[in-house]
Amino acid sequence: MEKSSRNLQILNIATILLMVIATGLVFLYAPQERTMGEVQRIFYFHVPSAWVSMLAFFVTLVTSIAYLRSGNPRWDIIGRSSVEVGLIFTLMTILSGSIWARPSWNTWWTWDPRLTTYTIMALIYVAYLMLRQSIEDPERRARLAAVYGIVGFVTVPLTFMSIRWWRTIHPVVIGSGSATAQGGFDMTSPMRLVFFFSLFAFTVLYFCFLASRVRLENLAERVEQMKAKLLSAGG
Amino acid sequence: MIETRSLTKNFGLQRVLRGVDLEVAPGEFVALVGPNGAGKTTLLRILATLSRPSFGQARIAGFRLPAAADEARRRLGVVSHHPLLYGDLTAEENLLFYARMYGIRQRAERINTVLKQVGLAARRRDLVRTFSRGMQQRLAIARAVLHEPEVMLFDEPYTGLDQDASAMLDGVLRDVAARGRTVLMTTHDLARGLALADRMVILSRGVIAYSARRGEIDPATFGQTYAAVVN
Amino acid sequence: MSEVSSQKPVAQAQTESETAASRRAKRPLSDYRPLIADYFRAAGAVIWKDLSAERRSKELISAMLVFSLLVVLIFNFALELDRQARENVVSGVLWVTFIFAGTIGLNRSLAMEKDRGSLDGLLLAPVDRSALYFGKAVGNLIFMGLVEAIILPLLSVLFNLPLSHPLLLLVVLLGTVGYAAVGTLLASIAVHSRARDVMLPIMLFPVAIPVLVASVKASAAILAAAGWDEIGLWINLLIGYDVIFVAIAFMVFDYVVEE
Repeated sequence: MEKSSRNLQILNIATILLMVIATGLVFLYAPQERTMGEVQRIFYFHVPSAWVSMLAFFVTLVTSIAYLRSGNPRWDIIGRSSVEVGLIFTLMTILSGSIWARPSWNTWWTWDPRLTTYTIMALIYVAYLMLRQSIEDPERRARLAAVYGIVGFVTVPLTFMSIRWWRTIHPVVIGSGSATAQGGFDMTSPMRLVFFFSLFAFTVLYFCFLASRVRLENLAERVEQMKAKLLSAGG
Repeated sequence: MIETRSLTKNFGLQRVLRGVDLEVAPGEFVALVGPNGAGKTTLLRILATLSRPSFGQARIAGFRLPAAADEARRRLGVVSHHPLLYGDLTAEENLLFYARMYGIRQRAERINTVLKQVGLAARRRDLVRTFSRGMQQRLAIARAVLHEPEVMLFDEPYTGLDQDASAMLDGVLRDVAARGRTVLMTTHDLARGLALADRMVILSRGVIAYSARRGEIDPATFGQTYAAVVN
Repeated sequence: MSEVSSQKPVAQAQTESETAASRRAKRPLSDYRPLIADYFRAAGAVIWKDLSAERRSKELISAMLVFSLLVVLIFNFALELDRQARENVVSGVLWVTFIFAGTIGLNRSLAMEKDRGSLDGLLLAPVDRSALYFGKAVGNLIFMGLVEAIILPLLSVLFNLPLSHPLLLLVVLLGTVGYAAVGTLLASIAVHSRARDVMLPIMLFPVAIPVLVASVKASAAILAAAGWDEIGLWINLLIGYDVIFVAIAFMVFDYVVEE
């Protein structure tokens, strides 16, 4: 018990360090982008945030399958915590995207396909949490949420595909040089470095949040068990 | 025929069954009594393969639950306090449905037989939602014996029945369901249990607290024995 | 309690695989054929039962039909349409109507089983659980199909557009299959929740978006007499969605209904 909280403290410190360095790199080291100017720097927070949110939901897919096969409640705790953390990153993505969009495209929001898919994904996981809220029996709650966790994740690529076959105004960052994508840009070497470092920092941040949340949930469970023992002994 | 060993069931942090050891020999009729919340329905649901134990073992006709649940289901007939019948179908159609689900051969013949046995042959083409509760229970028993199971589980079958209906159910239970079969019946009605069963078992606070054969029990004082065990 | 629940799965897993392995070893090949027959007979029995009960009570179909009519009416008033606009919008209206009506059918079809306790009756049958899913899903598909068969001609009249192109009917079929497949699975989940009526749409709509998008786009393309390139693209997506989700449903349904 003590050892795990020490590990967590180390993780916390490492995370803070990484985030500070990443921020420094973004504002001091990365060159200014030609067309968009300073506001483009949000990209270094926005995209890692988006990727990490999807990592979080992928983790839930894995833990859901693991829970169904093994019945071990630890998987369920990790899965549920990952959804919560994932939704935080989703919110960050949407907010940072909005802030970036306003000066670049002159609008806070657009129903372009990529944003739409992303919002749908967020709604799926909000539904996940709502489902958990509405089932009383803990074993059934974990099991049904796991099934939905699987179904929900599988639809995301399908949704994305169905929408990618529409035209998009969302900047296509890596790979495609499609002419229909307005506002895209190519990354130079220093930009690539900053981007990947930021991505790394955000991933560590995710694990940090996840570990804390799981620990919190485990502690809460132990409290419940102790409470139940006391009540049944006394009553 | 029915065997449980250290059977435990938890719902979240609530322990409902706390290590139940029960054995019902082939052909035996056991009445399971106990106060509300003792875990009778939970125990029955586990034996009926509708629920999984949290810990411990259960066997029906030698088949381990939940691993060999399918095999166990073939040999089980279950009557619960829900009639498990479809109100918008006729009695005949209900039995036809279950006959198909259980893969029974020569369906028409078998359905005729059981309808006669429970005394509902005249009402076979009537919609079940027009049946009284007593008639629904009799049809439920017909449904339960359709596939000629070796083991019968009854969960409070007399709930909601008046005197006449109960008397009728007595007859059907004795002749149709119980004959030659292993029966486990839960009930609130001590007198009825004593009249029908070979053995009385009391379930209290999630464990078996008492078990005695009919010969060993004095019906007059059983009520007191029960109260003593349960409190 | 954590010790107890972590012991159970390991011990159970070992003996389950022992029993299953010994069962597989002893059973001759000819025995499998009756199993398959049992499976389809059980699924067929569930479908027959749902259709027969519905024929008498007409509960589901009437609810779905009335609701669809109301949705169509509301669209009529909410959208002020000239001829061009109507053409653009009819596929969308079509699918929104089907989706909302479908939700009602899905919800009630499973809620009825749970409330009357007859779900237990189904679970007691010595047959693979997925046969129950199969039966329920096909039943829901049939009910949705019946409603669609009435709504399509109606929309055709109201919007003054021909809606009987065979490709369009194919798209309607594929889209409904996908929706019924996922919908039956999620309805089986939602039925255990406290907020059952609300939970199904909340879970289902985001997950059914690919079906909605592909169906609407395909329908619009067909009505606008677009080339096969475009139509084929969407139809392929629909087929892919259907296959994936039917497969997933079959794999996870056991976990949804066990207790």
